[in-house]
Amino acid sequence: MFDAIDFSLLALSSPGWGGALLAGFLRSVELAAGGYLLGLVIGLLGASAKLYGGRVLRDFAEIYTLLIRAVPELVLMLLFYYVGTDLLNKLMGAMGREGIDIDGLSAGILVIGLVQGGYATEVIRGAIRAVPPGQIEAAQAFGMSPLKVLRRVTLPAMTPHALPGMANLWMIATKDTALLAVIGFSELTLVTKQAAAATREYFLFFIAAGLLYLALTLISNLGLRWLERRARRGLPAAA
Amino acid sequence: MPDIDIVTPIRPTPALPLRSRLAPLLMPHRLVMAGLALAALAAIITKMDWSWLPGYLPKIGHGLLVTLALLASSVAAGFALALPLGAVQVTGPAPLRWLANGFCTVIRGTPLLLQLWLIYYGLGALFAQFPEIRGSWLWPYLRQAWPYGFLTLTLSFAAYQGEVIRGAFAGVPRGELEAARAFGMPRLMVFRRVWFPRAVHRALPTLAGEIILQLKATPLVATITVTDLYAVITRVRQATYLTYEPLLLLIAIYLCLSGTLTLALRWLEGRVPSGR
Repeated sequence: MFDAIDFSLLALSSPGWGGALLAGFLRSVELAAGGYLLGLVIGLLGASAKLYGGRVLRDFAEIYTLLIRAVPELVLMLLFYYVGTDLLNKLMGAMGREGIDIDGLSAGILVIGLVQGGYATEVIRGAIRAVPPGQIEAAQAFGMSPLKVLRRVTLPAMTPHALPGMANLWMIATKDTALLAVIGFSELTLVTKQAAAATREYFLFFIAAGLLYLALTLISNLGLRWLERRARRGLPAAA
Repeated sequence: MPDIDIVTPIRPTPALPLRSRLAPLLMPHRLVMAGLALAALAAIITKMDWSWLPGYLPKIGHGLLVTLALLASSVAAGFALALPLGAVQVTGPAPLRWLANGFCTVIRGTPLLLQLWLIYYGLGALFAQFPEIRGSWLWPYLRQAWPYGFLTLTLSFAAYQGEVIRGAFAGVPRGELEAARAFGMPRLMVFRRVWFPRAVHRALPTLAGEIILQLKATPLVATITVTDLYAVITRVRQATYLTYEPLLLLIAIYLCLSGTLTLALRWLEGRVPSGR
């Protein structure tokens, strides 16, 4: 059985599945990157709501992060997927247009981003709180508008504190894309399963896909470590 | 990469008198929000279709048991496996250290779903090819899906927790080990009496967060036909053609599970003196 592993099945062109795997891999990376960026935006908004928002806004942000952290990602993705497409279709219907089919990529990005946003909120909130309040007060004392304070002082000062957590979230995002296979997105994991089922070479394909994921993790790890070193220039060594 | 823990529950606060604990809940905007939530709940109960619920209750209960059994067994076995994994990475001989380190990196660097499918489909197909295995007493178990789910969840928990244990072993203050050695303890006794218990102690506070993460990983086993809670709800959705009702129930159950687990673990944590 092991002596007969046919590596030509990984060939890039049609009889081999290599091309399909790489396309799925690319799709996974797109989903992870888009979801991560969306999560970053939601995280910034959520952290601002928790730290600077009014009472109601703060409570809503708490409920959002509580829900995200307590319910399995798979279930959340299912919920966001159905609610999201349903709401959009109803909205389009209300505006008098026909229901549209959201393409898979944006739906997947939306789903991943909403989950990531909950965790990013916590990471960014902690990072902003780690900025010495005197620095922000000093900026306010100079008469900077709140947005300018955010852009010039809070964001740059919190970045080194947020990076380790955000790096961790990127790893989670790349692995969470695999969950979309359960909803039927043709990203790397689902393509791999189809290839494996068609050829009955389970080990070959699953290990090949595992190596792709691992390569992505290890390479982004290197990049993130470099970023972290860069962002921490001039700061005392990490505790 | 420094792993920061994003799910560790808030530290227990010293007990306050009941009135001052209730006060934050009685702020006007929270009363309004609670009222709205109650109204939404009432609307969900009365307006949505729950006629399927009584018939499926026993199945849901069984699914819940499967989920909890998988969680408890994989956490226990995974923690037992994580202890040597972590210890070896700090004090073991180089080849063992590399092996443990490689295992943790591979498991932590690939999606759990992929591991699950590799083990279920791959190992399952491999086992079926050996007549010796098909004839053995193990085969009735190996034909089912749950051993593969249990194995994958255990390995995953062991890898993530092994990383924590590694840090805990490395973080035991040197002075304590030197003091033990100064008492004339042999190396093994230092390990058994001081290093190991102190490391486990230091690792315990992160365990609660990891257990919640593990609970959130269990529904993946539904994809390999284990009938856990998630699988039961999926069946309900397929049988009744309802989109939202079963999903809402599922979320409510998971919220209750996470909440109860967090509270129980926090209570336990308060009873074990922290290592920090």
